[in-house]
Amino acid sequence: MPENQLLESENSPLSSSRPTTIPELIETFDALGDWEAQCDYLIDLGYDVPEFPNSARIQANKVHGCQSNVWLTTRTRPGNPPKIEIQAESDSMIVQGLIAVLLIAYSGKSAQEILQTDIQQIFARLGLNRQLSSARRNGLAGMVQRIRSIAEQSAAEHS
Amino acid sequence: MLDPSVIRAQFPIFDEPLPNGQPLIFLDSAASAQKPQAVIDKERECYERYYANAYRGDYQFGVHVDEELEATRAKVRDFIGAPQSEEIIFTAGTTMSINLVADAWGRKFLKAGDEILLTQMEHHANLVPWQQVAHATGASLKYIPLTSDWQLDLDRLDEVLTERTRLVALTGMSNVLGTIPPIREIAVEAHKRGALVLVDGAQSVPHLATNVSDLDIDFLAFSAHKLYGPSGVGVLWGRRQLLEAIDPFLCGGHMISEVFWDHSTWAAIPAKFEAGTLPIAQAIALGAAVDFVTGIGMPAIGAHDADITAYAHERLATVPGLRIFGPEPARKGPIISFAIEGIHPQDLANLVDRKGVAVRHGHHCTMPLHSLFGVPATTRASGGVYTTRGDIDILVEAIEFARQKLRRA
Repeated sequence: MPENQLLESENSPLSSSRPTTIPELIETFDALGDWEAQCDYLIDLGYDVPEFPNSARIQANKVHGCQSNVWLTTRTRPGNPPKIEIQAESDSMIVQGLIAVLLIAYSGKSAQEILQTDIQQIFARLGLNRQLSSARRNGLAGMVQRIRSIAEQSAAEHS
Repeated sequence: MLDPSVIRAQFPIFDEPLPNGQPLIFLDSAASAQKPQAVIDKERECYERYYANAYRGDYQFGVHVDEELEATRAKVRDFIGAPQSEEIIFTAGTTMSINLVADAWGRKFLKAGDEILLTQMEHHANLVPWQQVAHATGASLKYIPLTSDWQLDLDRLDEVLTERTRLVALTGMSNVLGTIPPIREIAVEAHKRGALVLVDGAQSVPHLATNVSDLDIDFLAFSAHKLYGPSGVGVLWGRRQLLEAIDPFLCGGHMISEVFWDHSTWAAIPAKFEAGTLPIAQAIALGAAVDFVTGIGMPAIGAHDADITAYAHERLATVPGLRIFGPEPARKGPIISFAIEGIHPQDLANLVDRKGVAVRHGHHCTMPLHSLFGVPATTRASGGVYTTRGDIDILVEAIEFARQKLRRA
């Protein structure tokens, strides 16, 4: 998969048949009903996350607080306001599925939009708070924190 | 050999299915074992019939509690072949027992240049306390290396066990590899050089007959909760003259002889090391746990462990890409840690749970050991007296299910 795949898919951070917005994802989760089906679906979503560039696998891009290895980096697409594209990867497929959720929630948004997103409410609505172990929740919180601090930095630079 | 299905009937946890409807396949006994009815009943009996604080009340319940605790102390003494009941100290568990020795013995007797010898497979509980005491005293840590088949490399013992070694602290059974070191052989070598020997018996005491006199060791630490007993209580055994030579670890009620405005004197052992209120009902029920395992018999437990360990190795060998970290089954306890190529242990633990299989994932409190594996985390299946071959079959089926879900099949 080409490294710049994210930039090419303007509308969806995942492949075309997948939800592109959080309301769509919530609708799919509700239709699936139980956690086992939702977890399987997360794994499927994880497989559609664009490949993480090898060159970005550096210590600075590692997210701490995760039991699995998580890499996360961003790049900014010029515009007014500029949009932040997120690239991330985990060696855990369930975490990879959670990355897919984060991409739907955050990727391609402006710093302001990212900072205004109530991600905890989204996780709660998807039932993730209830289903994930505390270790996984901590790992997820680590990724959210990384994305938000990048957005804060970007907002400061462009204000 | 014991019949695990008969044993299993004594554990009420197996009576009901899991919330998802699956029967419980509990393969995490190395983390904490399930409890037989006799242990649950004993703890309950204490609360319902005669509960009071221990070693304080000169009333009927106080006396009854004291008698029950002393009965447990005597059972533990006999169970581990200790010479005297007073040498049995009730602690919060293995971790506290080791911290007690590291702090009370280590800070008093270790000095710069001294060496503490550990092994490369120690649990953090038998590693970090020694790092701390080494930092505080100027002593240094050495490690007995492992061979390529995950046993202690005794050919290299002389490189690390020297005249400077003051203490050898080692596990009786690795909580990750299942490796069983030759404790007596090492103790003899240690004593030749004037070093003491502490055994972390958290994993070994529930599985191997342990006799501190025959093993010729100086301290033994273990927990009740891995021995089918309650959580929150454990044991430190130490030779009387050592326990008498060291200062208290925790200070407070019950551990004193006399308290003056400016100083205090200490009670005799074991009280000297039992400050504050003990986990009373839990310590009493530890006696029932000792009765439970001695009732089955350690030889029968050993034969059962050997059977399920060999069966687990044989069945897991059929899983593509699966690698076991540990010696061959004949040389280990029923602890099987493994990695499957392309599958994260956390995902595996999560997916096999759907089939009712409880296994541990992670570094199992052995980060330095995992650095030797070349993988950051493993999955660990561990057995107990209730573990059946059928449990292993379901584990293998559940792994296959997880491989399919993760598109690795």
